[in-house]
Amino acid sequence: MSWIDIGAIDDIPLRGARKVKTKLGCVAVFRTDEATVFATSNTCPHKGGPLNEGIVHDNKVTCPLHNWVLDLESGEALGADEGRIETYAARVENGRVLIEASLLGRQAA
Amino acid sequence: MIQALTHEDVRRLIKSQELQSQEAVWQELGWKTRNGCHVCRPAINYYLIADWPVEYQDDPQSRFVNERKHANIQKDGTFSVVPRMWGGITTANELRAIADAADKYNVPTVKVTGGQRIDLLGVKGEDLPAIWDDLTKAGMVSGHAYAKGLRTVKTCVGTDHCRFGTQDSTGLGIKLEKKLWGSWTPHKVKMAVSGCPRNCAEATCKDVGIVCVDSGFEIGVGGAAGMDVKEVQPLVKVATEDEAMEWVVAFVQLYRENAKYLDRPYKWIAKVGLEWVQETLGDEAERARLVAAFDLSQSIYQKDPWAERAKAEEAKKFAPLADLTLEAAE
Repeated sequence: MSWIDIGAIDDIPLRGARKVKTKLGCVAVFRTDEATVFATSNTCPHKGGPLNEGIVHDNKVTCPLHNWVLDLESGEALGADEGRIETYAARVENGRVLIEASLLGRQAA
Repeated sequence: MIQALTHEDVRRLIKSQELQSQEAVWQELGWKTRNGCHVCRPAINYYLIADWPVEYQDDPQSRFVNERKHANIQKDGTFSVVPRMWGGITTANELRAIADAADKYNVPTVKVTGGQRIDLLGVKGEDLPAIWDDLTKAGMVSGHAYAKGLRTVKTCVGTDHCRFGTQDSTGLGIKLEKKLWGSWTPHKVKMAVSGCPRNCAEATCKDVGIVCVDSGFEIGVGGAAGMDVKEVQPLVKVATEDEAMEWVVAFVQLYRENAKYLDRPYKWIAKVGLEWVQETLGDEAERARLVAAFDLSQSIYQKDPWAERAKAEEAKKFAPLADLTLEAAE
């Protein structure tokens, strides 16, 4: 898999997220621990809420609009809610955050 | 068997065990999750702010989006921006700055709120620091319309203009707002000051409502006009503005120190009883302690969050981390 460097890990607050604009739509990059990151679609499957603005707890995020809780590993909505967000590969290397290069949307171009 | 702790238990233990960080609360009080959830984190963050204003560092990641971004998120992910208008008073210059901002940032909706100020709705998250910078330069600060904190102090025109006014209700409203703005509370706090019992500022359905009379000020507490509609209960009658200020600040601090997160004052008063509130605040020494504790907290928290975030270093956090749609041409 090829990767793209999108910034420094310290630019994402611990237990927070930042938005990345891609040709496939907005992606949220979450930092759940000192050096643990997850990348998912930024759009809640319920009413389209921006997940990068949610509260991050464990490996989960709570959507800021109506409190849907989404698992960042599987992308699945938790509890009674049913829905799923796309997940993408992401990792930290030498203090930099890398996400999968497919997000450049080259295949689609 | 481990008994689940109530919010009130947690507040008591934070004080008695001197727990001064979220990690300490999770560890010492036996949290079952790694780092809490979206329900407990804002509550614990508030309790630590209220109980340890000097020792504890506010955690933006434990705040709901509105308090983290200092704007109200809307259904389409845009935000609303409400500058403070002290006691509902504004000027031609402020109105011009608001109108200019509405033009410059293509604000689709400009609305007058129920709290006597102006709401700019539909601002893009990335534009927030720039619009704040413009409003800040015109002398305005955040109205905290998004906060579990002091919202507005609604007023009528009082003795300045009204033929029925008994006191300077607008002046007292402005003084209260200048004293209390920027403070965090268990839930939102709305206030009003009416210049006479005709009550044009609708003070009797506010968390704290003052009705001016010839002999002084009638202070009521525990009103609300939300999910429940509640009329204020009489707290005290005082003769002077200074006494009115002291009682209101002491009441707010007592509420800050004791209430469960997300209990409006009427819910909290229903639990502890109005009599206890009156007795506690009736003790002059306790009243002075509460005012001093509030002032200490304000020395740290009464800062305009918009001015701080309009600076370049903070403003860049409102932009995307990266934009992969702008691929360099090769």
